[in-house]
Amino acid sequence: MCSWRSALAATLLGGASAIAAAQGASYAGIGRAATPAELAAWDTDVRADFKGLPKGSGSVAQGQQVWESQCASCHGTFGESNQVFQPIVGGTSEADVKSGHSARLTDRSYPGRTTLMKLPTVSTLWDYVQRAMPWNAPKSLSPDQVYAVVAYMLNLGGVVPDDFVLSEATMARAQARLPNRNGMTTAHALWPGARVAMRADVQAAPCMQRCASEPRIASTIPDHARDAHGNLAEQNRLVGAQRGADTSRAAAGAAPATESNDARAPWALAGKHGCTACHGIEGPLVGPGFRDVGRKHAARTDAVAYLNDKIRAGGAGTWGNVPMPPQSLPESDALALARWIAQGAVQ
Amino acid sequence: MPNTPAPILSRRRKAPEGFVRGADVARVAAELRNGRRDLLRSAFAAALAGGGAAAHAQAGDPYILQLPAHGKGLGNPVVTDGYGHPSQHERNVQRRQSPGLTQTRQASVSFAPLQSLFGIVTPTGLHFERHHQGWWDIDPTQHRLMVNGSDDRLLKTPMVFTMDQLMRLPSVSRFHFIECGANTGMEWGNVAVPTVQYTHGMLSCCEFTGVPVRLLLEMCGADVKRGRFLLAEGADGSGMTRTIPMELVERGEVLVAYGCNGEMLRPENGYPLRLVVPGVQGVSWVKYLRRLEVGDQPYATKDETLHYVDLMPDGQHRQYGSIQECKSVVTTPSGGQVLLDKGYHSISGLAWSGRGKVKRVDVSTDGGQNWRPARLQEPVLHKCLTRFSADWAWDGKSAIVQSRAIDDSGYVQPTYRQLRAVRGSRSIYHNNAIQSWLVSESGEVRNVQLA
Repeated sequence: MCSWRSALAATLLGGASAIAAAQGASYAGIGRAATPAELAAWDTDVRADFKGLPKGSGSVAQGQQVWESQCASCHGTFGESNQVFQPIVGGTSEADVKSGHSARLTDRSYPGRTTLMKLPTVSTLWDYVQRAMPWNAPKSLSPDQVYAVVAYMLNLGGVVPDDFVLSEATMARAQARLPNRNGMTTAHALWPGARVAMRADVQAAPCMQRCASEPRIASTIPDHARDAHGNLAEQNRLVGAQRGADTSRAAAGAAPATESNDARAPWALAGKHGCTACHGIEGPLVGPGFRDVGRKHAARTDAVAYLNDKIRAGGAGTWGNVPMPPQSLPESDALALARWIAQGAVQ
Repeated sequence: MPNTPAPILSRRRKAPEGFVRGADVARVAAELRNGRRDLLRSAFAAALAGGGAAAHAQAGDPYILQLPAHGKGLGNPVVTDGYGHPSQHERNVQRRQSPGLTQTRQASVSFAPLQSLFGIVTPTGLHFERHHQGWWDIDPTQHRLMVNGSDDRLLKTPMVFTMDQLMRLPSVSRFHFIECGANTGMEWGNVAVPTVQYTHGMLSCCEFTGVPVRLLLEMCGADVKRGRFLLAEGADGSGMTRTIPMELVERGEVLVAYGCNGEMLRPENGYPLRLVVPGVQGVSWVKYLRRLEVGDQPYATKDETLHYVDLMPDGQHRQYGSIQECKSVVTTPSGGQVLLDKGYHSISGLAWSGRGKVKRVDVSTDGGQNWRPARLQEPVLHKCLTRFSADWAWDGKSAIVQSRAIDDSGYVQPTYRQLRAVRGSRSIYHNNAIQSWLVSESGEVRNVQLA
């Protein structure tokens, strides 16, 4: 318990800088002091001033190895892939490195906004990789691996040279060359933490009569895309002041709903058991698409049994070097998924 | 849409194909007026069967004249289901994804069906979802909350709490809205999605139960004069982190919450513990909350530097955007619906403000040329959804329905034109513009934006 200590501190500091803990004594028995080992285990955040950075180092070359085995399957060999997540690398220039502003952020003809186009603080990249990456095995990289893979990404973006070694001592050198390091502002009214309270940037007046000329429609969904979000008749209550518009192309009463529900069931199973974290329907994510798997094994007469075993036992090497861990799911679900994949993963 | 703006009269649309044929709408309407639900039903049947007049000469509604099974038999026993479900007839009321919005379902979002909700409370199973690296169902007996400082002088004693201990502390229960900063984000440039579920459905409102963070900081002896920021961190793989300004904590508004609508939080919403930061975008309401750190500067985490930042026309990003400014939307009638009849309709919708209470909501049915005040339904609560309504006699002509909210700070919800004049159209986040719904002569309602 710390209540007596904080009360003492409040007294010593004249109550100015510590919140008064007058009623703290009444919470006896609630909470305990954290141990140093517990703090070390959880307090791993790294701030913009590099507070929290552990000792360690990693070279661009070492980072390439980490990247190719653990990152490239989602982000592309050069961090450029847009297939699963937004691209990390691209869109920055040596001129940006000099100015600290990504010029392409004002270029409306440039389609994307990559991580390096936005990143103002290199600590952010370090902190995020260590806490949340890789996608399916967060917090599995050592500090040296994190330094290395951050160095590799910065090298891909032309921020650091090929022979660069990133460490707690060289982070500031990387920071000084970030292409968008001057690209952020907190001078706005949506941040209550700002030192100076800002007035709302958009000021409107509540006019009541003859406020605007006859309205002209600038944008709506084109007819051919009416059903892009499915049949809206099925997305509204069946009783009340209105119904959902029937946006299906097929005539009413064509395919019974139950059939399509059955076809969707294995896909739902794949979601339920986390398969879709790594597998899509078509084309690779972390692992191969379900249809790709089905096609590869189409000639096997024992495809269902083989895939059933693979789902439950896991494996590596068939599609690349990213291993698939063994999956614990009910046998009936594994079998249903295996059958569905073998039959072409029809949705 | 790059189309040249056209006057709405030239954009009137034919009756929708489908489940009530255009020709049947008038008949359905007439029968509704007469209270002849049987004829309504037969009209739908006729529509499904390909039309054809159904002759009816009966003494009255067969659903009145002939007793139904539920009036003549024995019903179900208690506890057929230990945790009840909605009626089978409510199966269309579901959370939904927007197709193509995300490539994975673990870093994705599902939208609440605002078009089907009443009042201000979101049923817990329909609360919108936003996960950054998948959701978990965590054993509450193994969950811990740590409170520490970014240096030794910011906090006298770093502490650890179990759920048992947190739930022993005095709690508060408060109704608040939670809105994703990216709500309505798909619509910054043009109309992109058809219904209010997708335009505004990253919005929910619940009664949250928990302990004020201020109390925990008092127990640990936090120095909040120097420690003006709080880092909140999640226990899941994403390890979500966001900076919370101490000013909000000091007001006693920020909670570590375990309760939602009278029961524990749902796993999708952070069971067993999440942060509640009233008025602030949902990403700051860190789920699976495991740690709070008092600090003397903001933390520049991934979701406050690379995402949840607003790109301005000059190329600068606004960082640490937090407050959800005053906003409203009409949910009835709304996009993708079909009005069954001319005559009386109650326009109804939701209004909210991250700065305080909703003071006034105005409604327009002519695309913003003229406005009138709507009724605010009690209760009108601080940083909470407020339900509004306005009477409307629809004359069967095309109309554009809008709402505009004003909060108790005096802020007025802007039009798209006003918002874009300052912020451009590439912000992604914090779109609180006035929403327009075009009611066409057929009764079908479409999402539109005005020039």
